[in-house]
Amino acid sequence: MTRNLIIGATLSSLVLLAALVSFVWTPFDHAAMNIPAKLQTPNLIHWLGTDHFGRDIFSMIMVGARTSIAVALVAVGIGISIGVPLGLTAAARNGGWLDELIMRGNDLVFAFPSLVIAILITAIFGAGAINAIIAIGIFNIPVFARISRGAALSLWQREFIMAARVAGKGTARISAEHILPNIANLLIVQGTIQFSLGILAEAGLSYVGLGAQPPTPSWGRMLADAQTMVSFAPHLALIPGSAIIVTVLGLNLMGDGLRDYLDPKLRVART
Amino acid sequence: MIRYSLKRLLSLIVSLAVASLVIFFVIEVAPGDPASFMLGINAQPDTVAALRAELGLDQSKFARYIEWVSGIIRGDFGTSYTYRTPVAEMIADRLWVSLPLALYALTLSTLIAFPAGIYAAARRGKGGDMAVMGATQLGVAVPNFWFAMMLVLIFAINLRWFNAGGFVGWDSGLWTGLHSLTLPAISLALPQAAILARVMRSALLDILGEDFMRTARAKGLSKRQALWRHGVRNALIPVLTIIGLQFSFLLAGAIIIEQVFYLPGLGRLVFQAISARDLIVVESVVMLLVFSVIMVNFLVDLAYAAVDPRLRSRT
Repeated sequence: MTRNLIIGATLSSLVLLAALVSFVWTPFDHAAMNIPAKLQTPNLIHWLGTDHFGRDIFSMIMVGARTSIAVALVAVGIGISIGVPLGLTAAARNGGWLDELIMRGNDLVFAFPSLVIAILITAIFGAGAINAIIAIGIFNIPVFARISRGAALSLWQREFIMAARVAGKGTARISAEHILPNIANLLIVQGTIQFSLGILAEAGLSYVGLGAQPPTPSWGRMLADAQTMVSFAPHLALIPGSAIIVTVLGLNLMGDGLRDYLDPKLRVART
Repeated sequence: MIRYSLKRLLSLIVSLAVASLVIFFVIEVAPGDPASFMLGINAQPDTVAALRAELGLDQSKFARYIEWVSGIIRGDFGTSYTYRTPVAEMIADRLWVSLPLALYALTLSTLIAFPAGIYAAARRGKGGDMAVMGATQLGVAVPNFWFAMMLVLIFAINLRWFNAGGFVGWDSGLWTGLHSLTLPAISLALPQAAILARVMRSALLDILGEDFMRTARAKGLSKRQALWRHGVRNALIPVLTIIGLQFSFLLAGAIIIEQVFYLPGLGRLVFQAISARDLIVVESVVMLLVFSVIMVNFLVDLAYAAVDPRLRSRT
């Protein structure tokens, strides 16, 4: 196993663990205000200090991890469940009008940066975690469509696919039974990368008020709240920021590590 | 080359047409009538109807789409519902902040990424490479708006070298203007520089393994000469593509950074317009951003084809 994979998996598991534990236990109620204890720096009672309402930051970070992970995970799920079938269809109909239509549609979605999609969706339905998920998810679709099409195209030339064809299997069945398992590694690696991008995007959207709405805690909104207080309480910004960095760094390292681990050819070429 | 360009131009026009349709009709399904929103809840129905007629909202959706698109082609984006000023003027004003900011950030990111990427590739596998790659991993993981807050904390609040926010305007001189855009530009440039440095490094590593590099060394060039004369030049093609794509991302990404620094750019315009239900402004800014992405892709494709004839036949 590569070093990247170990470090990345450790960091990501820590965040995941914090999110899971928050369902049964947090040091304090994350929403409980305690004005006399406001703006404390990290100490023995409040491990990561308190915010301007006296809420325990450690508890908020734990619950916020839930929001980040949920949004990014569902967004990746949308990307995979729509993008991969599209990409596989395009590859199976390589050069046909359906391929052309899917790929041009892809290009079109790529032309809308995820932030712009989010703004459009917010303009229509209002801000919220669900709309953030949709915005990030839509942007993930062409990513997965493109990558699965590219990988599937080369597989279609291979002998074992020919054999499956000769055996009388249709294109849909070949795509599902032979192509998909062979591109799964690639999808896992890309999924990890999109997951980390999703965490960043969620934080950005929440920061500008387009993501999860109060009282749902989210790292991005904690940063937005911290902005006016950063001069006298820098820990309000430092802690959620570090949580985001640790999560994204962990996922990226894990993605890199997985790529090297799953593809031995790359291990030599990449170092 | 001409046939290829025409084909690409056609697909450019189709993309723009479809994008404009999507944007217009997505915004059209938005709940809430701009006219009633502007007049408030106590407005008389006939006043609302009069305003709807004035804004052209009583026409059919299709007629309004045609009017919107033909207006855009003429450079007339319509009139803002809230400010009653031409949208084109509002956008042009804001572009004077957003565009220089994106260019400034792009320049910074290139200036950081080129030396870092070349340095890392030249010292592949050694300590210097590891340090650069580690730094880029971190750079990609840092949310730019958080980095912006840290820059404000250090350089504006503690050291007082820069203002914490706002834009002084270009009237006070180029230097003063650039000075007030410096922190926003740095925070936008950092993640882009990290990505670009990685692309530069891997493009260079690909080139370094080519036969012509060995030939260059064999004919007596030093490692450094070969790297600069043959390596860096050839690596520039993929790198320029990424730079092209980054420009539009910087323009869109600036939306968040403008919020951090209270800059009067396109981003703030969009947010104000959303909260005021000034849909025509939202439509136009989104269209402009999407147009810039599609246009940059088109230009990059053309530049690619001009450099590499093999791409022309492939489309």
